[in-house]
Amino acid sequence: MSTTSLISILIMSMLINNVVLSQFLGICPFLGVSKKVETASGMGAAVIFVITLSSIICGIIYHFILHPLGLDYLNTIVFILVIAALVQFVEMFLKKAVPSLYKALGVYLPLITTNCAVLGAVLLNVQNEYNILEGIVNGLATSVGFALSIIILAGLREKMQYNRIPKAVQGFPFTMFTASLMAIAFCGFSGLK
Amino acid sequence: MNLEKNTPLERLYNGIVKENPTLVIVLGMCPTLAVTTSAMNGIGMGLSTTVVLALANLFISLLRNVIPDDIRIPSFIVIIASFVTMVDMLMQAYTPELYKSLGIYIPLIVVNCIIFGRAEAYAYKNKPLASFFDGIGMGLGFTASITVIGFVRELIGSGAVFGHTVGNLPDYSPTIFVMAPGAFMVLATLITIRAYIINRIEEKSGVRLAVTHTDEEGANCSACAFRDNCAGKFEKVEKMMAEKEKEKEGKA
Repeated sequence: MSTTSLISILIMSMLINNVVLSQFLGICPFLGVSKKVETASGMGAAVIFVITLSSIICGIIYHFILHPLGLDYLNTIVFILVIAALVQFVEMFLKKAVPSLYKALGVYLPLITTNCAVLGAVLLNVQNEYNILEGIVNGLATSVGFALSIIILAGLREKMQYNRIPKAVQGFPFTMFTASLMAIAFCGFSGLK
Repeated sequence: MNLEKNTPLERLYNGIVKENPTLVIVLGMCPTLAVTTSAMNGIGMGLSTTVVLALANLFISLLRNVIPDDIRIPSFIVIIASFVTMVDMLMQAYTPELYKSLGIYIPLIVVNCIIFGRAEAYAYKNKPLASFFDGIGMGLGFTASITVIGFVRELIGSGAVFGHTVGNLPDYSPTIFVMAPGAFMVLATLITIRAYIINRIEEKSGVRLAVTHTDEEGANCSACAFRDNCAGKFEKVEKMMAEKEKEKEGKA
């Protein structure tokens, strides 16, 4: 494994196969927590933290326990439980040990348990047969891609808050149209391949 | 339509029409956007979600007096994940082609918020038979709407209906509709059309017909199973931020 392959994983997962805009994972927080740039960046930071951590832990569990014992079919159940437990544990740990970080990320953590981006990133690591290091890089890149797109969307929505919009398009569809235009822009990155 | 509450028929009507999970309460957006590149994918995804939804609802309802309140969420996760694993393995064995095209979105049925939402909001509080039909109704509602989205995207984007090309239509098709941006665009358009029609009828008749997405900004938090956890916390954070800003202004 070379550094170039790691860099290509980084660019692929962050920009070309952006987790929200081309893989459609984590749409709920993407639409729900993108009203303000401040909350969006908090959510982005929490997602980076959790996805990277869970790719490390799930990577270790998969490569040292599940795969050698031939228990691959338990992947989904084990990963979702590990992620749910991990988020709870991280929340408790931060509250006790690093209160300043807890203040910044704490409220976003319960939101992340059922975020499909986390489980998606971990399952993709297994599906693409990444080793532990590649898996961690993939997790990090995926979550940075998520943070990038949610912050951009929040910025756009802040700008457009006082625009006059027809009643039927207000709210949800309008955000979706904005996301659609962003997805078109992100399609441009496929030229990087 | 006046149906007796919590009967199988009423539950089916509720899931397919009144509280359609995709178009009315806007839940389960990830698979809705991701797998709808063709109508067939929509049907496959919809039906596998329906199976999981119905069985998970049935079992959660049967176990509702056994599961302690404090650990209900992890228990739901285990029950749902077990059924998803079964569906995943069955599809891999019997429908390998569909399995390939749906890919990672099959195991991701676990985190579909429709299933959690129904477990928490309905199955945990109601009798097994009604819960089972609630699952089937919600699942069919989901299937119907994602099949429509898939049909529109397939027709416009690749000029085909259920995989059969229509004349020389593919030569003129904008492929952007089967790519990522098309998913957002088609869903947004469908919801806009539905809201427009409902708004018009409401204006003319003066009767409030249904809950529309305009009640909420962005994703629909009020229908989510985790609203007590996160939405409440969010309100607190927003209040805290507002207070901080006031303090800053006061100092300045």
